[in-house]
Amino acid sequence: MKSLNSSDKRTLLFVIVISLLAPFLLNPFPTGSGMAQFNAGYPDLMQRFAYFGILAIGFNILFGLTGYLSFGHAAFLGVGSYATVWMFKLLSYNIVPGIILAVIMAGLFSLLIGFISLRRSGIYFSILTLAFAQMSFALAYSVLTPLTNGETGLQVYNDDPQILMGENAITSPHLFGLKMQDTFTLDLGPWAFQFNVGYYVCALFLILAFYLSVRIFRSPFGLMLRAIKTNQTRLNYTGINSRPYTLAAFVISGMYAGLAGGLMASMDPLAGAERMQWTASGEIVLMTILGGAGTLIGPVLGAGFIKYFENIFSKINETVLHGWFAWMPDGLEDAVVWVLHLFTGKGWHLTLGLLFMLIVIFLPGGLMEGADRITDWWKRKRGKDVSDTSKTPAE
Amino acid sequence: MSNFTRRGLLKSGAVLGAGMAMPTILTAASHAGYTNAPTGSSVTLGFNVPQSGPYAGEGADELRAYQLAVEHLNGGGDGGMMNTFSSKELKGNGILGKKVEFVTGDTQTKSDAARASAKSMIEKDGAVMITGGSSSGVAIAVQGLCQEAGVIFMAGLTHSNDTTGKDKKANGFRHFFNGYMSAAALAPVLEARYGKDRTAYHLTADYTWGWTQQESIQAATEAKGWQTAANVLTPLATQDFSSYVAPVLNSGADVLVLNHYGGNMINSLTSAVQFGLRDKMVNGKQFEIVVPLYSRLMASGAGENVKGIFGSTNWHWSLTDEGSKAFVKSFGEKYGFPPSQAAHTVYCQTMLYADAAERAGTFNPCGIAEALEGFKFSGLGNGDVEYRAEDHQCFKDVLVVKGKENPTSEFDLLEVVEITPRAQVEYAVDHPMFAGGDLGKCNPGA
Repeated sequence: MKSLNSSDKRTLLFVIVISLLAPFLLNPFPTGSGMAQFNAGYPDLMQRFAYFGILAIGFNILFGLTGYLSFGHAAFLGVGSYATVWMFKLLSYNIVPGIILAVIMAGLFSLLIGFISLRRSGIYFSILTLAFAQMSFALAYSVLTPLTNGETGLQVYNDDPQILMGENAITSPHLFGLKMQDTFTLDLGPWAFQFNVGYYVCALFLILAFYLSVRIFRSPFGLMLRAIKTNQTRLNYTGINSRPYTLAAFVISGMYAGLAGGLMASMDPLAGAERMQWTASGEIVLMTILGGAGTLIGPVLGAGFIKYFENIFSKINETVLHGWFAWMPDGLEDAVVWVLHLFTGKGWHLTLGLLFMLIVIFLPGGLMEGADRITDWWKRKRGKDVSDTSKTPAE
Repeated sequence: MSNFTRRGLLKSGAVLGAGMAMPTILTAASHAGYTNAPTGSSVTLGFNVPQSGPYAGEGADELRAYQLAVEHLNGGGDGGMMNTFSSKELKGNGILGKKVEFVTGDTQTKSDAARASAKSMIEKDGAVMITGGSSSGVAIAVQGLCQEAGVIFMAGLTHSNDTTGKDKKANGFRHFFNGYMSAAALAPVLEARYGKDRTAYHLTADYTWGWTQQESIQAATEAKGWQTAANVLTPLATQDFSSYVAPVLNSGADVLVLNHYGGNMINSLTSAVQFGLRDKMVNGKQFEIVVPLYSRLMASGAGENVKGIFGSTNWHWSLTDEGSKAFVKSFGEKYGFPPSQAAHTVYCQTMLYADAAERAGTFNPCGIAEALEGFKFSGLGNGDVEYRAEDHQCFKDVLVVKGKENPTSEFDLLEVVEITPRAQVEYAVDHPMFAGGDLGKCNPGA
């Protein structure tokens, strides 16, 4: 295995620093100020950034490297969540067995689905994975109700076995006694920074997952996956059987999704079937494309971008808008609020859709292409040579 | 490059070190003993309702009622039911002198999204109480979350027995009635109209609410001598019910019970009427359809098809007591149409929470729970009501309604057939349909 080059090391360091300092970086506005609406530095959202980041990194190993577009990744996320909650129900609230089982179950499940779906490629592969995911969703909703608790969602009850739990055991998910929901609040002047145990557990997994993905990208295995994306037919004609490689990539990416699902359930011990629905699978695809498929860090950014919109923009309701534009004359204020409320609150999908269109049209390489263009422009402005060959998205 | 890395490491190391050291000096400064204790001159409530998905119509009406309640609490408007409420603690100066502010969120009628939204209200906006929900699955999920986080959950529209049965929580309170009460109120009316010798066929939404309501209706009607031909579960996401309705006629049943709500009920009822079920004669008797949980919003969605169909509701705007009249008046003046039962229950929940905080003198969830447990009140449109301490369920009269044959306006769709007195719908805390739950202890969080 080749060692990492300096640019990879820099990216890795970047991810580590960003993950560890997220509570500061995501909370730029003082609490209580008007702009606090846009702060994202609260535990739940930061946790979401981390585990959806893991999900997108895993998806990118499949889609970014091999070009196989899976429309069923949410199924593995769901399987991971259910596995973890079942471990909570049967053993105890320690997240370790849950997360291990989540990864294993998602791995097995993706082996099964991958084995069948990978007999086809292109659109047929996408349709097959979509069908499997929808099937899992429908099963979780109806036939498998004893296992999934249907629409109510699988949750832990006081009368569950929990055989490893002693008398005064902790009654929420924890890592050997460190409770996931514990939050340390640091009040610095007008700012309140929240350091949450659960987030740092997620962040640790994110860093590990990212490191692993860098190693895969730079390994001979990763090269083979890129070869599949470039021209699978040609690869087959040279006598290489590409299916074991695609299957391996599929299973790895399924296990990443399982890990994400396990973490999701560990942060919030309830697993609902909706997280397996096709819209959830589509969201993963959006995250990856929005951030930049085939780049290392793009999918993480894409995941953060979408989750930010979902959680922050959806909460800007008409009352908040009226508050912002209260300085305007009455008629004008109402008009402005009427226009803007279409794009915020429950209209956040619209804003996200528009941004997605803009990005796909003007920056086909996603947010990462935007970042590259800015750095190029910056370098050009400072009179430097821009013949930089280090950035090589796997096209 | 090694230069960059070293400097970067040093820098981040220093910042991290400072970050790690700081909390040990500065924490516990603002510790008030419970989650999100309001420190400034205002208090934040979280309104978590479906703004998209099959129950979006109910969600929108709930949000209107919440805004109206906040206006009244802060001294705006005409005060609505604050004037008729039997407890006179609320003065229109907010809650405990603090101005009421609110944040809203979209549950999308999904447990996951609802919990995410509730979590952000608690963690980011500092909400001290969460209320809302238009689906029992969502309400139960959010109630569990509030119990863990240490805030009060005032359930909105949730009709499953489980919300205050096997999934009941010490921090959760429900004003709305439930499946058991619907069944207890409906069964005698159905017996009187349709006779003892009937066979029912159930179509049931496949989740906690559908299951428990079906169980309740089956038990109550069988006690009156009815038989049950079959119970078919339908997924919540079903749009076309024709394949479920088709087998009904050959089953020998002469009553179809639709345990559906919102968009589901509109579609299944329309389907059943299109199949001509209501014109059929089975076993020498007229075929009938029953919709145990009714709402005005659903009735207007189903249009002509609801005429003459029996069901039950928590409240209806045509009631003539002082509380209902005051509420309909101020809601109507603000929005131009009468409120739905969903709007009524969430308005009451907000008032009850505010009143409990006033009486307890604190926002501490344990204090509020104590003030609400066993609280008896009237003047909120349902007559004499009691919040039972053992399971945090409100006990009050239940309305049996019928789709109006000759509606006078687009809102005048239901007529109240009978007001079933509270005594008839009460049940023991350890009733088998509600057993298995554990209220636990109130959790103030922090």
